[in-house]
Amino acid sequence: MGLRSFIDKIKPNFEQGGKYAKFHSTFEAFETFLYTPNRVTSNGAHIRNYVDMKRNMIYVVIALIPCFLFGTWNIGYQHFLSFGESVTFWQIIGYGLLKIIPLYLVSYIVGLVIEFTFAEIRHEEVNEGYFVTGFLIPLIMPVDVPLWMLALAVAFAVIIGKEVFGGSGMNVVNPALLARAFLFFSYPSKMTGDSVWIAEKADAYSGATPLGTIFNGGSVNDLPSLMDMFVGTIPGSVGETSKIAILIGGIFLIITGVSSLRIIISTFIGAIAMSLLISDVPFYYHLLMGGFMFGTFFMATDPVTAAQTNIGKWIYGFLIGTIAILIRVANPGYPEGMMLAILLMNVFAPLIDWCVVACNIHKRKKRWAAAERRTR
Amino acid sequence: MSKNLNLITAPLRKANPITVLILGICSALAVTAKLKPAIVMALSVTVVTALSNLIISLLRKGIPSKIRIIVQLIVVATLVILVDQFLKAFMYDVSKQLSVFVGLIITNCIVMGRLEAFAMSHKPWESFLDGIGNGLGYGSILVIVAFFRELFGSGSLFGYQVIPQGLYDFGYMNNGLMILPPMALIIIGIIIWLQKPEEEKK
Repeated sequence: MGLRSFIDKIKPNFEQGGKYAKFHSTFEAFETFLYTPNRVTSNGAHIRNYVDMKRNMIYVVIALIPCFLFGTWNIGYQHFLSFGESVTFWQIIGYGLLKIIPLYLVSYIVGLVIEFTFAEIRHEEVNEGYFVTGFLIPLIMPVDVPLWMLALAVAFAVIIGKEVFGGSGMNVVNPALLARAFLFFSYPSKMTGDSVWIAEKADAYSGATPLGTIFNGGSVNDLPSLMDMFVGTIPGSVGETSKIAILIGGIFLIITGVSSLRIIISTFIGAIAMSLLISDVPFYYHLLMGGFMFGTFFMATDPVTAAQTNIGKWIYGFLIGTIAILIRVANPGYPEGMMLAILLMNVFAPLIDWCVVACNIHKRKKRWAAAERRTR
Repeated sequence: MSKNLNLITAPLRKANPITVLILGICSALAVTAKLKPAIVMALSVTVVTALSNLIISLLRKGIPSKIRIIVQLIVVATLVILVDQFLKAFMYDVSKQLSVFVGLIITNCIVMGRLEAFAMSHKPWESFLDGIGNGLGYGSILVIVAFFRELFGSGSLFGYQVIPQGLYDFGYMNNGLMILPPMALIIIGIIIWLQKPEEEKK
């Protein structure tokens, strides 16, 4: 008696006319989660490919695991560092897990309940989109964010960011970033400043992030060493501190073809160009500070919300880089610009695509007209 | 009689100026952070639409069609100035909060829209009722939006604290986004989202 036969046994209950037909979508979701469905598309063109949505989503989650692991360690490390205690590796990890697991529980429970509810109401299949969003959300939050705020942000992001537009794949902006933006504007005291980045830190210890230090008028000399910022032993949102972990995950995504190298390169070009132009801080600091790397590798490249055309991707990435640095340097309100830059360009991505396509049509028309004239 | 009643009830739901015709959005974003200004604004707009509808309907046969917009504007502007002066005289603090938005009733698309679409071709009494209905339709959305924005944004209703202090001690905080105009737009969007399928069912 295996799992498979158990599922087959209870399956008729969830079919049309069965006892629990109401919960058909929920059943379907668990069945496809456990086993590859044996149904195939019955009409239309077929392309055989091993990459389906489930695998795509799993790739992203795998790519995020280094960030997750390092983030867990860093939560504990920063906490004990602020008290000046030296503790064993496993104590650090234990403390980190104690902090990060509630965030994940809230993120997944709230998000999935909403997803399943909407799928049932609409008689659609539940799809895997939320696995990535739910994994990303805790990684871009300050570790001390109250759980009810996180729940509210997740609900807002899933309902307003995704479900009103028709669910996964239809969203205009990245839902994970929307969750962060919602909290950022709703409860700024819990999302920015010096006291939110380290879990239960000692009062005397400064918990400023490098970005916060620069924002408050500090110079490069006040920052942690470049090596620390690269390895990630600095305060910050849970998953964004370690550039090594981000690079490992990011390169994995590029190799598997999930994220677009064009967007990543052009974002870097845009950021470097803009920081050389207007910033007092050397450009490599801007690349290492804050959420720039995390945003570039995991957020800007989100295939749903990014530009779709190749030229469009260059423009989209370049503008994200420039706007992010512009917001960091020029605005008096908040230190970080990456989140707002990506959200803004998410909104403009369809327009960029439209312009690129229109340009192309125009160019081909002209070429065709010229060819026409020549033959005559 | 039922036809006249319909003139008032239709704009509340299936011909609502904000959620169906998408008119008057600008002031709906601006004055709905608190409940009290929203209600005053709703009443002001109702008075202006009702009276201007009535006056234009009375004059409709004498207005040369080439200059009708100017005539309508003069009537509306006169009424708006009256309302503005009335608020300044009797409700100074609310008038301060509403600031330019009372004056901007002149440019509110609902007022001009009803004059053009309804008052110019209907009898005075019907026009008057239509004005009241549209004013209330606009006002009802304003009040709903303002209710949620003040409740979650400031924790109060009509300026009185309604969310108990104990909840704040427990870690609850007012939602800053609710005070900002984008949230008004999102709430109106949600109202439209909830209203649409119901209207389509009928």
